[in-house]
Amino acid sequence: MSPGMTAAGTLEVRSLAFAYPDGRQVLFGVDLSVAPGERVAILGPNGAGKTTFVLHLNGTLGGGAGSVAVDGLTVGKPTVREVRRRVGIVFQDPDDQLFMPTVRDDVAFGPANLGFRGAELEQRVDRALALTGMAGAADRAPHHLSFGQRRRVAASTVLSMDPTILVLDEPSSNLDPVARREFADIVLSLGLTTLIVTHDLLYALQLCPRSVIMNAGRIVADGPTPDILRDADLLAANRLELPYGFVMP
Amino acid sequence: MDGGHGHSHVLFVHTDSGVHRLAPECKVVATVLFVLAVVATPREAFWGFALDAVILVAVALVARVPLVRWGRRCLVEVPFLVFAVFLPFLGTAPYIEVGPLSLSEPGLWGAWNIAVKGTIGVAASALLTATTTVPDLLRALERLRVPRALVAIATFMIRYGEVLSADLARMRIARISRGDDPRWIWQVRALARTAGALFIRSYERGERVYVAMLARGYGFGVTATAVERTPGRSWAAALVVPAAAGLVCVAAVAGG
Repeated sequence: MSPGMTAAGTLEVRSLAFAYPDGRQVLFGVDLSVAPGERVAILGPNGAGKTTFVLHLNGTLGGGAGSVAVDGLTVGKPTVREVRRRVGIVFQDPDDQLFMPTVRDDVAFGPANLGFRGAELEQRVDRALALTGMAGAADRAPHHLSFGQRRRVAASTVLSMDPTILVLDEPSSNLDPVARREFADIVLSLGLTTLIVTHDLLYALQLCPRSVIMNAGRIVADGPTPDILRDADLLAANRLELPYGFVMP
Repeated sequence: MDGGHGHSHVLFVHTDSGVHRLAPECKVVATVLFVLAVVATPREAFWGFALDAVILVAVALVARVPLVRWGRRCLVEVPFLVFAVFLPFLGTAPYIEVGPLSLSEPGLWGAWNIAVKGTIGVAASALLTATTTVPDLLRALERLRVPRALVAIATFMIRYGEVLSADLARMRIARISRGDDPRWIWQVRALARTAGALFIRSYERGERVYVAMLARGYGFGVTATAVERTPGRSWAAALVVPAAAGLVCVAAVAGG
């Protein structure tokens, strides 16, 4: 399916800049290359432009300078539909993502938009729910689930589209310790190229061998997560801090 | 925010019966036709409404919906009945004396008309929701070719009604935890602010939901849902109910 020789799960962002229509510029030339199967944490303080960046990855925002390519496909009007299939974004608040009356309907929403019907659609829904351990909840209403369960269902709603890149926006927020670990186990088991937007530094350490720090619309650091977290000055300069009492091993 | 406190299935009675198993679109059409037949029945035909009520009770018995629970559901109608109570006092001549009161005869007829038809209509809808889940009702509307935008609006209303009321409950608790205790009209300022904040929040949530939908490939032309054929047996069984009410209506018109 992927054009040229680019392997599935490749992300290439080149000099991406963007200003909102009100003139507020948020991204000032972001460069990022992610290889297939890599898990990368995008760290940064509030207002660094992380969410704006993420919304460029599937063409929700665009029109600024620079380019984004997913599996070799340059994101633009002609490719946006295919790009949205390939890039699955799990948003921070599951209540924003889950809007259908039952879990099954919601997980089917994406693949139905892609044109899947009948038995094939059901198969995708069942598989996506099994991947997050939520198969038993298919016929329940989202508001009957706990927050952790809703986050897992939210992940299923994009996994059913068979993405090559998974983007998780603050995946550990509002989760209790067990739900947090369970969600991490799911992410690790998927083996997909994964971008994790977070300021939960230990979650980044647990899940992502590589981290980048974004601040004021630029990538200011890129390297192995343990190295980045050991650099106290770098963290301090970017309003990041390890939890109290934690010392990097 | 853990677990769910809202319940969009509160109206549904979890039993299995022939009525529960009927295709939902048949039940929706049958309910609408039944209500139309009741509304068309002349208000003077007391016996006709008695028969309509008997038909509904029969359906409820077949559906194994507990009558007391069904009756309690129908109480939602009470505020609307209050309006009907005023009619006999506000209506025109001729007047009739009932004890110390002088009541308008057309007003009395008007009140009776509203009360009886309204009650039977509410009872019929309560029976529909007791035997059909909310997702099924939405699917029924879709199959009945109700415009997709309208079905989508109903879907959002049901889903986000729950989220909004949970939001509102949390904001209320946060308010009263800080000593707010609105008892008098001049203390509604905080409440009004809450309503305003809730409006802004909902508007912003609307935008986020839409972006999340776009991210899953929404908006590339119409997505046709697979329409299975509704079994004829389902239609036949469901339409018996409005047909009976229709006969009652015709008999009442002919008799009057």
